[in-house]
Amino acid sequence: MSEHTAYTEGPKVPARGERETLLEIDGLSKSFGTVHANKDISLRVDRGEIVALLGENGAGKSTLVKQIFGLMTPDSGTIRIKGDTARIKDPKDAIRRGIGMVHQHFQLVPVMTVAENLMLGHESTKGGVLDLEGARQMVRELSARHKLSVDPDAEVEDLPVGTQQRVEILKALSRQVDLLILDEPTAVLTPQETDELLGVMRELASGGTSIVFITHKLREVLAAADRCYVLRQGEVVGGVDDLTHTTTSDLASMMVGRDVVLRIDKAEATPGDTVLSIKGLKVKDDRGLPAVDGFDLDVRAGEIVGLAGVEGNGQRELVESIAGMRPSVAGSVHLGSKDITKSNARDTNNAGVGHVPEDREKHGLVGGYSIADNLVLNRYDEEPFAKGFIRDFGAVRNHAVTLREEFDIRSPNVEAPAGSLSGGNKQKVVVAREMSAKPQLLMAAQPTRGVDVGSIEFIHRRIVDARDAGAAVLLVSAELDEILSLSDRIAVIHDGRVVAELPGKGADRTEIGRLMAGDSDAGSDSHSPSH
Amino acid sequence: MQWVQHNKIWAGAAALILIGAYAFYFVNSNIAVSMFSYAWFLAVPLVLGAMVGVMGERSGVVNIGIEGQMLVGAFAGFFAAAATQSVVIGVIAGALSGIAMGAFLAFSTVVGQLDQIIAGVVINIVATGITSFYFESGKTIPRGLPNFDVPLLSDIPLIGPVFFSDGPIALFALIIAFTLHFMLFKTRWGLRTRAVGEYPSAADTAGINVVALRLFNVTVAGTLAGLAGTYLSMEATSTFERNMSSGRGFLALAILIFGAWRPLRALAAALFFGFMQSLASQLQASDVVNIPQQFINLLPYVLTLVVLAAAAGRVRAPGAVGQPFVKGD
Ligand SMILES: Nc1ncnc2c1ncn2[C@@H]1O[C@H](COP(=O)(O)OP(=O)(O)OP(=O)(O)O)[C@@H](O)[C@H]1O
Ligand SMILES: [Mg+2]
Repeated sequence: MSEHTAYTEGPKVPARGERETLLEIDGLSKSFGTVHANKDISLRVDRGEIVALLGENGAGKSTLVKQIFGLMTPDSGTIRIKGDTARIKDPKDAIRRGIGMVHQHFQLVPVMTVAENLMLGHESTKGGVLDLEGARQMVRELSARHKLSVDPDAEVEDLPVGTQQRVEILKALSRQVDLLILDEPTAVLTPQETDELLGVMRELASGGTSIVFITHKLREVLAAADRCYVLRQGEVVGGVDDLTHTTTSDLASMMVGRDVVLRIDKAEATPGDTVLSIKGLKVKDDRGLPAVDGFDLDVRAGEIVGLAGVEGNGQRELVESIAGMRPSVAGSVHLGSKDITKSNARDTNNAGVGHVPEDREKHGLVGGYSIADNLVLNRYDEEPFAKGFIRDFGAVRNHAVTLREEFDIRSPNVEAPAGSLSGGNKQKVVVAREMSAKPQLLMAAQPTRGVDVGSIEFIHRRIVDARDAGAAVLLVSAELDEILSLSDRIAVIHDGRVVAELPGKGADRTEIGRLMAGDSDAGSDSHSPSH
Repeated sequence: MQWVQHNKIWAGAAALILIGAYAFYFVNSNIAVSMFSYAWFLAVPLVLGAMVGVMGERSGVVNIGIEGQMLVGAFAGFFAAAATQSVVIGVIAGALSGIAMGAFLAFSTVVGQLDQIIAGVVINIVATGITSFYFESGKTIPRGLPNFDVPLLSDIPLIGPVFFSDGPIALFALIIAFTLHFMLFKTRWGLRTRAVGEYPSAADTAGINVVALRLFNVTVAGTLAGLAGTYLSMEATSTFERNMSSGRGFLALAILIFGAWRPLRALAAALFFGFMQSLASQLQASDVVNIPQQFINLLPYVLTLVVLAAAAGRVRAPGAVGQPFVKGD
């Protein structure tokens, strides 16, 4: 603790030790049954500092910050906020003491509008009546100021996860706080939105707000944080007091305890027959407006097609429609020679489509079921998991034990409810289930959302292996880097239509960026039509 | 006016019904007034019962004990009035007994985390037991709660004699349905109540005390159940009979669902049930059709089934209804 933080940019801030300590944690421990989620953790955050928390999935990051926000009670140890060691009873108490939090598992009321969600808990009223117009205005202002666009009147349950993420962030920014906790706020943001958010964080910090920032994207740590702590299996195993000379691979190996390959090597694809063929597909969104509007795409066996696009251009509706979760109004979807345009989710699944949905909590898992049951949700009634109509729990268990090992799902056992897993481990359960069924077509939306670097490497490897084994892969991701490093072919979607297809090899970031923005002349011409 | 734009179907249906009712009124004002009055007379306890359900379920607590709460209210109101010979004390006793029953449901489920269905069943069984055990025949109260005319409003044709020339509890039921609707959708309490019933952890992380709000709502709702019972024994009649609530508490639950957990729709649904029953007895009385009385009495229950079957899948219960709120650890 002797080293002083070096500030390379921004206003002149007093050196550490001269500044007020805002948060100080001492000897904090928390366990769930036999799992020691936090073991004797000590750390401090000064006023105006951005401190990153790093660690693998299940390392105990969320557990730690939930205790700061009063959502969980520590077994032992103290949390001191501005010198006050009184126990933080509940979130209300935490809010009173100037703490705000963006939750990894969004805390939004699905049937309420964005404005209602934002005002909840600190509603302003006029003569006893809720000032909804004021709340809408607040959403518009915050949304413009922080460049996170949302419609104040949209109902949260109709929104794609990326937008929900923006709402969750705006909700935290709508209150004045001294300590802002951000638990994976960027997991489903686009790169531009992420950059905006990092800018907002730096601005808040120079205004005196302290920020605790959890992320798996190491680039963001280097871009925004002053210091970082690394957690492993519930313990603080290290940290960096001055991040100026640190690289992402340094951080990766500190987290995982070994070197991590951040760039994947893969052989040239050898595409075979067409597996997925989409012709003129039209799908409506929740409000009945056309979202997918004449979409054509073929995906062949043994190739990975990345679908790049700005969120809200029909990706979600497209994927849901192929998966049989949303009816289409025109066009066709074929899997091999089979017409699956009108198939429901179950038939589509049985026909050989694996689907990693973008919203794992809602469409990927049954939180109250065990991990083992979740791992066979798509095949529970088939051999070997059932004999006739009797389930074979031994087979289900063995399957789960194998997958848990293989996909490195961190849990005490396979009987634990899936809802008790850490966010990244939930994601691994969904990916493991869909991949282990060896689908003809693997359709993965944000497959590495909230997954740690070591596991991203592993999941990417497995997707490439699946391709090499002959599966067709349709990858949808907000993460352009993920699309670029995995895809053999990239299709750009804009306004519900494919506006360009280009080979994955040597694809140019900026060109794709322009195409995503709807600039059809990108690449060929530099002066685009005015709009 | 904005409401009309957003609720075209409902506004249209309401207008049609109103026109129909007035057309009937101009054809035969006596029969119309007596049929609609009887419909409202029957609907009052259903409205109050449905409001009990709204307050509980909107904050995440199922209340299948409305039936029992009503019965106790009817019992306590009547016998307190009989013992003191004061109807005012009777009404107060009915309301207080409702609070007590509400508090039992609230504390056992929200704090004690007893299963909400089981707690409701307990209330119903205990209510039947107590009210039969302590029942004494031959008691009388000085008089039932009197009807009175609300100035001005009672002069409106049809609506006046139907809604504004009744007893105090009937008038209260009408007011409470509108008030609750307004409060649920326009006030801070309402927003918080809905959040707590839909997604309690979101409310909790926004700094709302989920447990306290549920306790408050379920307890206060008990008052309405108590008054519904008091209505039965002191306003609609002035006597107490064993099992006097006779299924109205359960019917109120059906109305709650049919009304999509919205107070004014529930009010409309209750009126519809009341009207159907009133129509049935009118038909019976005027000898237009000759159906045995038993079938006429069946009508509300058959309607309940039909209506619920039609509503199923169209309406959605609050997200967290029936689930206790447990913190992360
Ligand atoms: N409510 C709970 N009940 C039981 N176990 C839990 C509960 N919450 C967390 N755990 C366990 O505690 C450990 C730490 O979980 P935590 O959510 O803090 O991890 P994390 O570091 O945030 O991971 P991720 O990066 O995946 O979000 C995990 O092993 C998890 O399974
Ligand atoms: Mg986490």
